[in-house]
Formats: sequence, structure tokens, C-alpha cells
Amino acid sequence: MTDGNRRFASRAERELRQEMLISPMPDLGLVAANGPSDPAPELVIEDGVVTRLDGRARAEFDVIDRFVVAHGLDLDIGAEAMPLPDETIARMLVDVDVPRGELVRLARGLTPAKLARVAGMLDPVELMFALKKLRARRAPGNQAHVTNLKESPALLAADAAEAAARGFAELETTVGVARYAPLNAIALLVGSQTGRPGVMTQCAVEERRNLELAINGLVTYAETLSVYGTEPVFVDGDDTPWSKSFLGAAYASRGVKVRFTSGTGSEALMGYAQGMSMLYLEARCIAVVRAAGSQGIQNGSISCVALVLSLPGGSRAILAENMIAAWLDLEVASGNDAIASHSAIRKTAKLMGQFLPGTDFVTSGYSVMPRHDNTFGGGNYDADDLDEWLTMQRDWQVDGGIEPVDEDEVTRIRAKAARAIQAVFEELGLPPVTAEEVNAATFGYDSNDMPDRDRAADVEAADNALARKVSGLDVALALDRRGFVDVAEAIVAMQRQRVCADYLQTAAVIDRDGLVHSAVNDPNAYLGPGTGYRLEGARWELLQALPYVVDASRLGTAIDETASPTLDTVEATRGDDPAEVVIAVGPAFADEIRETIAGLDHGDVLAAIVEGVREAGGSPRIVRVRRVADVAFIAHDGAQLSGSAVALGIQSKGTAVIHRADLQPLDNLELFGMSPLYSLESYRAMGRNAAGYALGQRVGPVPTELDNFARAKLIVRTMLLHSRETKAVEPDAPALELELRATPVCHSS
Amino acid sequence: MRRRAFDPQTDYPLGSRRPDLVSTPSGMPLDDVTLDGARAGTVVAADIRATPDTLRYQAGVARAAGRDPLADNLERAAELASVPDSELLEIYTALRPGRSSVTELDSWATRLETYGALQTATFIRNAAVAYVERGLLRRPEGSES
Repeated sequence: MTDGNRRFASRAERELRQEMLISPMPDLGLVAANGPSDPAPELVIEDGVVTRLDGRARAEFDVIDRFVVAHGLDLDIGAEAMPLPDETIARMLVDVDVPRGELVRLARGLTPAKLARVAGMLDPVELMFALKKLRARRAPGNQAHVTNLKESPALLAADAAEAAARGFAELETTVGVARYAPLNAIALLVGSQTGRPGVMTQCAVEERRNLELAINGLVTYAETLSVYGTEPVFVDGDDTPWSKSFLGAAYASRGVKVRFTSGTGSEALMGYAQGMSMLYLEARCIAVVRAAGSQGIQNGSISCVALVLSLPGGSRAILAENMIAAWLDLEVASGNDAIASHSAIRKTAKLMGQFLPGTDFVTSGYSVMPRHDNTFGGGNYDADDLDEWLTMQRDWQVDGGIEPVDEDEVTRIRAKAARAIQAVFEELGLPPVTAEEVNAATFGYDSNDMPDRDRAADVEAADNALARKVSGLDVALALDRRGFVDVAEAIVAMQRQRVCADYLQTAAVIDRDGLVHSAVNDPNAYLGPGTGYRLEGARWELLQALPYVVDASRLGTAIDETASPTLDTVEATRGDDPAEVVIAVGPAFADEIRETIAGLDHGDVLAAIVEGVREAGGSPRIVRVRRVADVAFIAHDGAQLSGSAVALGIQSKGTAVIHRADLQPLDNLELFGMSPLYSLESYRAMGRNAAGYALGQRVGPVPTELDNFARAKLIVRTMLLHSRETKAVEPDAPALELELRATPVCHSS
Repeated sequence: MRRRAFDPQTDYPLGSRRPDLVSTPSGMPLDDVTLDGARAGTVVAADIRATPDTLRYQAGVARAAGRDPLADNLERAAELASVPDSELLEIYTALRPGRSSVTELDSWATRLETYGALQTATFIRNAAVAYVERGLLRRPEGSES
């Protein structure tokens, strides 16, 4: 009979519904947390040897169990912490009086199943609180993705510079074509140090090339070391905990800050979840990462986020895995980089789990360029979302690690970075960067605006740069020769950081003066209200001063020096004409304020109402109510004076009401609250209706449009206009007769 | 003047608090790693890296902060600082699943011992034990995929 309910059909068309939500299927690992087959937490130690771990006897230990037992678990603490009831530990996580240090100490002795089970007991707000308490570094931070489809060096440098200037502590690039790596790394290095000295960079490429870039001083960190929560997936990833741990040490030996990567959902996606929940398997990953001696982890489902979010409790499980990582004393770069949902509402709801508590890096890659240019396949938040991010920081008084920068400054920085990379390419004998490229990188939207380059020549030059070991120092000297001395100094300062290796400590970032802030010298010491990192003082001033914020004190205060269209005369008295309609205006109408919120001149508005009243056979009389600014009372006062007992009251902002003397002040005959939408024709119709009521005619309501966004758009202006109206109030002053001086400019048709 | 001993509790960051303890592999003090030095040619790219001593200081800082696995890792890094780049990558490859026999892993451990990398050598021997038990060694001739 029908095609179904049209509201259901409408919702089915929404962006959200492009995604598939599924019911759990634990056999395939499709269960977010607290899976039915997850083992009970278990740690049996006999003669100093672990004989059972989380449901397995020693002989059955897989590589993950073995590695965690050999390098991670602290058995003394295990003996103390494992017998504690889950509820006790869960309560400690959210107990403001249990310090981070104590929780971190206990975690050293907890097995993955115990970690997952306790985390699985916390609700989202509890998880956020625990995460806030457990974050390693005092202040939250953020990481940016910097890539583009054309691998344009000028655009990479300009985007890196803008990202650095916006406060990102780390910038990550990658390559579409692997051989580009040295050129992209150079562009990122030059751009980052142009935008803000001290920003760390990485180029996500295959390990051998990555190590080469690091050895040459072109990058300072890496987060490409993936781990998995089951043995078959680990092996399918062509690694073992030992190989990955060895690689971590190899990177550190070359002065590279290393962060491992894992995330819920990867084991299910790769087909070997062994029937376990995503959160339990991720707890195993995090335990491996800590045991491997990594200072930190990138987790929060990362590229599998949409799979986890297909399940009940997905967002919560992802937050729980971030919390477990922080609990194990690791730096956390908490995901939010891959697209979590088509729905802006849904993905931002998910973001709040990390955004509000603050993590070491709230995103593992905020796309500073438009999504189209993000070659990580990411771009959950991108260049077009920046103002939203900045506004959310301002709304919540929360530091999400991104700073506002105005357009002039961004232009200056982008141009400088593009010119700097142009100079470096020329000095190092790389294919030239043209003036057109510099200009497009400075002002363009994305790589579509960039002139095409000879990519074959670029790739060849990149090979050559790698072969002759172009180093960070070479880049600095090239900049120095071309007058970019400050950028050259910043790059040399990054080389000095590689020598002292302070950034190998947990959660290290480098400030513009070259000082390293890590969990060692700048730890999170949150212990409740008034402690820990709080967004206040100069930083809060900075994060609330967005370029598009309007100075309220300068809004709508312009005094109109021209003559008012009305003239106040004598004190108003009660009329006796039964056809009379009083038009009662507010205290500031056509005086302090000269137009409605819709921009209609008050003289024109009055003329339109007067015409409307006359058209319907009424006699208009204008009065000014001075004692009150509320539209109901203005109209009601007018009605008391009206010979017909009917009045139309109107405030300066344009809100109007038709009233009658015998009604309660807050009652009315007809209310016109959509002042931003009214035209002069609307006011003429109000006048006609008022006269209709006065003369006892049948009156249909004035046709009114409805704009539900008018309030959100105009409430500030409304408030400021109304404050001027209330300022004009004279408490006991009687109403005055008003003459309309100006010739009406509107004409009835 | 006698150099004050390193205190892992208070001497971090080394770059700002104890630059006197930090030098490049050739012995150039940290404070001499400057743009002027690069212009003069006294600072060269190959010499810009952390020394084993510096990495051991960092290991000490991590241990004092209660981060034993990180400290162990930094100690292995200190050992690996003197191992050539190519060998690092060869050892990494050897540790990947199905790449090595026990004997081969053992000879890498022995090789590392010649660099003084004793902890890393032990780490690799422990890996070999786990690989035996979990079937992660290279399959015998003829059964390789």
C-alpha cells in the first residue's frame, strides 16, 4: 500500500547510513570489549617463573605471552597487584586521590586480561577521567599529517610551516612514490623549522629508507612499528615482538624517537582474532609495546576505526585502549586520524573521548591540508575543519593542541617556507621550484592549484640525494647561503637534539627555544581540581582569540548622527476613537537604535505599520513606551492608551506583538518573534491585523516564515541591541506621543 | 676542574642541564655543534649523532623514572650505536619470522658480542629460544615457500 514511513526513508539517506553497523560475532573477533571468550586474568608464579598467564600454561605461551613475561611483567608487583579485585583497581583509576605514579606502578604487574577487564568496567566518563589522570606529559599536544597528491615540495613546505606555526608538535608525511622520500623529508624539515623551531618530523616509509633518512638528520621520529595482539597476525605482519623491539633499539641508536603502533580491530581485520575481544587483544599489544621498551604508542584503532565503530561499544573500547596505554606509562598518540565516520556528528562524538581529557597527541595526524591531499587515506579532520576545532577548544576551554593564526601571518609563513625550499632545491642541485609554485603554495587551496612538476626528474633527483647522503646539515648550509639564517639555525638546533637524545624519553616534544618537555621533566601531576595542566593564563588568551571573534564592545554601538525619523512630543493620554490602533515603540526606537535586526530603517517600519492600519480602516497613533523594554509590556502599555484597547507593540530590534488592554501582559493576540525575517510588507500586514482586531473583524495570522537557525545566527546581535534598549529605559517615565517626521519611503502597491 | 658526576634524577634534559657531558662521536662538545661550526666545516653530518655514553645516560634517566623496559631498550641502543647501519638491518631481517636457524641467530649474537653488545646478544639468544618453541625459525631446505 505504502512506500513506508517517509521519515525512515529520509534518515536512511543520511551520511551515517553509508556505514554498516553489525551485531557482535565473537567467533570472528567482532566484539569490542568484554568478549565471551576473553580469558580470566591469571598470573601464576612458581619459584620466580610464570607458569600460567591469562588462561594459558607456560607450554602454550605464544610469542606475545613469552615476550611480555620476559621483558614486561614485573613479577613482584604482579604478586601484589593481580590479587586485587577488579573493582578495587577500577575504583583507584577514578579516585582523584590515587596518584598516577601508584597506578602506573601497579600496572607493571598486571596481565593483559586484567588490564582489559578493569578498563572494561569503566564507563566513558570514567575512562576520560582516568585518561586525563594518566596522560604522561603535563600538557596535551597534537600531530599533523602533511602530504599532497602531487608530492609538490613547495606545497609540502608551506603546509608544514603552517602546521608548525599552528602549534603541532610533530609533523608526519609519507610518499605516494617511495623514492620521493628524501625530497618529502627535506620539504617537511625546512617547512617545519620555518613555521616553528623545534617541531619534530617523520616520513613514514619502509624501515631501511626510514633509517637512512634519520641517519642523515632529515627526520627525528618514527611511528611505523606495528604490533598485533595474536601470534598469527604478528607473523603475517612479518615480524615478531623480538624483531620489532630490536628495530626500536636500532632506531634509538640512531637518535630517532620511536613510537609503536597498534589498535583495536586489526586482528579481526587480518583474520586471526582467535575469538577474543578487540580490547583484550589490544591490551596484549600495549603490553608488548611497553615490554619492547618503546616510549610510546600510537593507538586508538587507527586505520581500523570504522570496523570497531560498527560494533556496540566501539567508541568506548577505543577510549579504553588509549587509557590502558597511558596506564602502562606510554606516550599516547590517540588516533582520530583515519576517517571514523561519514557523519560529522558521530565522528566528533567519538573525538570527545580524547579531546576532553587531552592526550599526548590528541590526533595521530590532523590533516592540515584539505582531505583530498591526504595520502595516508586519512583526513578525519582537515584544513576545512580548523575553525571548528579551534572553536571547540574555545567552547570547552580545552587545549587540543592547535593554535589560531591569522591570515596575514599564515601567508607570510607559507611564502617564506615555499621560498626557503625553492632556495634549498636550487642550492642542492635539485629540480627547480618555480615562482609560480611558490605563489600557488602560498595562496592555493590544494595540490590542484599547483603547477605540475617533472616527476621523473624529481624521482631521479631524490635517488641522487639519497646516494650522496644529503643531510640536515647540508640543508641548513644551503639555507644559510641564501639568507634564511633563522631557519638554518633551527635545523642545526634539531641536529644538536640528535646528539643529546633527550627526546628519546617518554612523551618528548621540543619547544621553540629547544627545550625538551617530556614525562621526565614535565610530567602530568594531575590530582584533582586546581592541579595539573589547566588551560588558563596566556595560553587560554591565545586559544580564545580566534581571528573571527568580534569585539563585543564595538558591535552595534555606532551612533547615528542623522536626524531621527520621529519626534517625541507630549505625554501620551488614553484615546477615545474606537478605531484607534496605538503603535507602541520601545525606549530606543528610532532614537538610540535606528534599524531592526533585519536592517530595516525604523522610519520605514513605522510608515509601513501606519499604512497597514489605515488600509484595514484603523486610525494609527504612535507612542513611545519609556518605562520598559520588554515587548509584551510595551504593547500592553500601548493597549491601555488605545481607544480600541488594541495596540501593536514593537521593540527596536523589530520583535512585535498585538495586544489588548484586558489581557494579562504576557498574553497576547498575536506575536511576531521572527524579527530577522520580517520585511516592510510583514510590518504592513501586522498593522492591518492590529486594525482588524480593533475593529472586530475576522483576522488570519500574518504569514510568517520560520528559520530555526535565526536564533543561533543572531542571538548575540539581538542581545546587544536589546541591551541598548534596556539602557534607554526610564523607569517611571510615562509614554510620549510620537510624530513620524520623515516622508515614508515605502508605498503600498 | 673535575666533572660533576651524572645524576639521572636531576640532570635531564642533558641538552640544557648537562651539556658538558654530551659530545659527538668524534668528541666535539655539544655546544660546539653550531651553524658557525658547520660553516667552518668543523661540524660534519657523519659526526652528528648520539654516542653510546649519551644513550647510556638516557637509559639511566629512564631507569630512575621507573621505566625499566625503556631503559633496557636505550641500553641496547647504546650498544647498537657502534654497529654499522647495514648490519643493523641484517639483524633485523634475521629476526623476522622464518628467516633464520638457531645457529644463524646465535652467530648474530656472537657477532654482536664482538661489538660489546652483550645485552642485545642475550636478547637475540632469548628470541631464538622462543622461535624454536613457536616454530618461527627458517624451515629446513626444501620446505621453504
